[in-house]
Amino acid sequence: MNIIEVKSLKKYFASQKAVDDISFNIKQGSIFGLLGPNGAGKTTLIRMITGIFYPDSGEILLNGKKFDPINDILKIGYMPEERGLYKKMKIGEQAIYLARLKGMSKADAMKNIKYWFEKLEMESWWNKKVEDLSKGMSQKLQFVTTVLHQPQLIILDEPFSGLDPVNANLIKEEIFNLAKNGTSIIFSTHRMEQVEEICDHIILVNKGKKMIDGTVEQIKQDFKEDIYTLNGELPSEEISSSSFKVIQRSPKQLMLKLQNDTSTNDILKHFIDKQIKITSFNEVLPSLNDIFIKLVEDTTATRKFQEI
Amino acid sequence: MNKIALILSREYFVRVRKKSFLITTIIVPLVITAFYAATIYLSTRKSNEINKIAVIDDANIFNGQISSNEKTLLFTLIKNETETSFVKKYKDKGYNAFIFISGDSTKKSVYQLHSQSSLSLSTMETIEDLINSTLRNRELIANGINPNEFEKLNNAVKIENTIDTEEGSKKGFAEISYIVSFACGLLIYIMMMSYGTQVMRGVAEEKTNRISEVVISSVRPFQLMMGKILGIGAVGLTQFIIWIILMLTMQMAIPLFFPEVMNQMNNTSQISNENISTIAETLQGISSLPIGKIIFYFLFYFLLGYLTYASIFAAIGSVASEDQQEAQQLVLPVLMPIILGFVIMTNAVDNPNSTIAVFASIFPLTSPIVMMGRITYEIPLWQMALSMSLLIFSFMFFTWIAGKIYRIGILMYGKKISWKEIIKWAFVKS
Repeated sequence: MNIIEVKSLKKYFASQKAVDDISFNIKQGSIFGLLGPNGAGKTTLIRMITGIFYPDSGEILLNGKKFDPINDILKIGYMPEERGLYKKMKIGEQAIYLARLKGMSKADAMKNIKYWFEKLEMESWWNKKVEDLSKGMSQKLQFVTTVLHQPQLIILDEPFSGLDPVNANLIKEEIFNLAKNGTSIIFSTHRMEQVEEICDHIILVNKGKKMIDGTVEQIKQDFKEDIYTLNGELPSEEISSSSFKVIQRSPKQLMLKLQNDTSTNDILKHFIDKQIKITSFNEVLPSLNDIFIKLVEDTTATRKFQEI
Repeated sequence: MNKIALILSREYFVRVRKKSFLITTIIVPLVITAFYAATIYLSTRKSNEINKIAVIDDANIFNGQISSNEKTLLFTLIKNETETSFVKKYKDKGYNAFIFISGDSTKKSVYQLHSQSSLSLSTMETIEDLINSTLRNRELIANGINPNEFEKLNNAVKIENTIDTEEGSKKGFAEISYIVSFACGLLIYIMMMSYGTQVMRGVAEEKTNRISEVVISSVRPFQLMMGKILGIGAVGLTQFIIWIILMLTMQMAIPLFFPEVMNQMNNTSQISNENISTIAETLQGISSLPIGKIIFYFLFYFLLGYLTYASIFAAIGSVASEDQQEAQQLVLPVLMPIILGFVIMTNAVDNPNSTIAVFASIFPLTSPIVMMGRITYEIPLWQMALSMSLLIFSFMFFTWIAGKIYRIGILMYGKKISWKEIIKWAFVKS
């Protein structure tokens, strides 16, 4: 079942097409990666899903029903990229206030805050003020206030910026736990290594348009370039064949790209025939980072203002 | 609605719990009152001491006897002494000071006062009064006029003003009307200036701290804006109410703490009679004013005036945040009508029906302040109705416009925005 369905969403600003006809679906309980370079339109897209902006055209369905900003934002937890808290307010009070803005009762808010504060070892912070916290600490608090009201959909915009590896792992674990329990998560970032680790399904947005859409595995398959590594006892003389091209060579490893319609068996056969002892033969899939850079560089990376 | 209340209460309690609120609201009036009480206390206590003053009357203006009903100054005529001979003796004889009145009227200073220390201003005045009235009475008698008769002529003229309205005639109190009008206008002016700019700073702060987007993912931007405006308005009202209560308590508490003050007032019979009659007149004057009507209009103009301006201030705060100087520039055109309104109001309390006063009390950007200047006078019904409906209309208009600017402004970071762009946002379809 899809928690959210976005259908040909458009939002044009005076100087640019921020979101230009984007559609996608997110399955319930999945971690969805929204990728794109700076200025691609990610934030505008998210702001429409959170009801902050109204789309110029297109449709958003939440749980199969038309998205109603006023009531449905209570089902969403949004941690914006530009985020902050009231500096002079005490942490406990602040968490209660933000939870109540999401429509929780004071007692429920208290209960959930206690649960999360205990879980993330934040109990001693209750009477501190935000200005006394480090950046990483306030990031953690920010995360807690986003998930406090048990939203069905959590949107995290660059959630790990400013976190040390230990805390980043802590938050990552919590994201996995939430997804396991049925919460859907939109994870917006331009840090690819995190996406590969976390996301089930991704889309890549550039210049307001959707470039790719699929599971991480699927996309890697789609963008693979028939590159393999071969390890073994390689002869010292030049290795060449019409069926492959050597890209890289080291004493015990060969990286090659298949040519024409060669199959992997042909390659193996070629080496076996030459009496070369093979220890391993692996396919090299492109990293998301490579795909990302390739796609974004094809179009001009820095977005120019277009007339509409 | 519930969310506005939630935001309102946060804004309210954060401000009310601040130390600066406590200081301005409670300590400032306390200090002022304490200072005021101390001056009264000191000045009355001092006059309890009796000053003995000797008079050497060479010009013989007192004709051998001094009649004075001053209790704190004791005058004694000294004979057979000169200025130079008495200077050495007056201290030993127990006088605080002595005055030498020269018989030689060609001398530069005919009246010369010698004292051990400098005398208080009031003592000097009493002595001058004594000599002046003695001289005047002597002149009057010489011309065959009875000084008592002359005193009656000297009374200031009092005009009683009766205002005839359709509801009947009543006594008018121009001075009281003036003061009440001015005070109401001043209060609204202060409220708009200080709390309006607080709204602006509050919005700008939320934007700089990047809290706005977090909050508006839970509530509508308009709810956040209104909650803030109403919360700060409530802080202002609280402050006014505390001030009024404090003032009233102080006024009642002063006589309790300093009974001398009151006694002193009763003792100096002449002055106290006058005082009592002014107090009575003030009370009568205040009660003659249509209090209910004034309170209603004050609250109406205060509320709508504040709301109109606060929403404009909120819009400006949402647009300019990173750079304080930028906010200053943007806010200037908004401050102009407020200041102009205040200037016209100070004039309107004198000339409530002048063309400019009438116009400015109808024009919605100046009417909240200027109308207060005319409030104690009779205002034609059509003017009142037009002014009030224009203000209601402008309140709705500006809140609507400001809401649209605010919605865009709080999400714009790191970009300098001009008035031209702001106006474009205001009229763009959302």
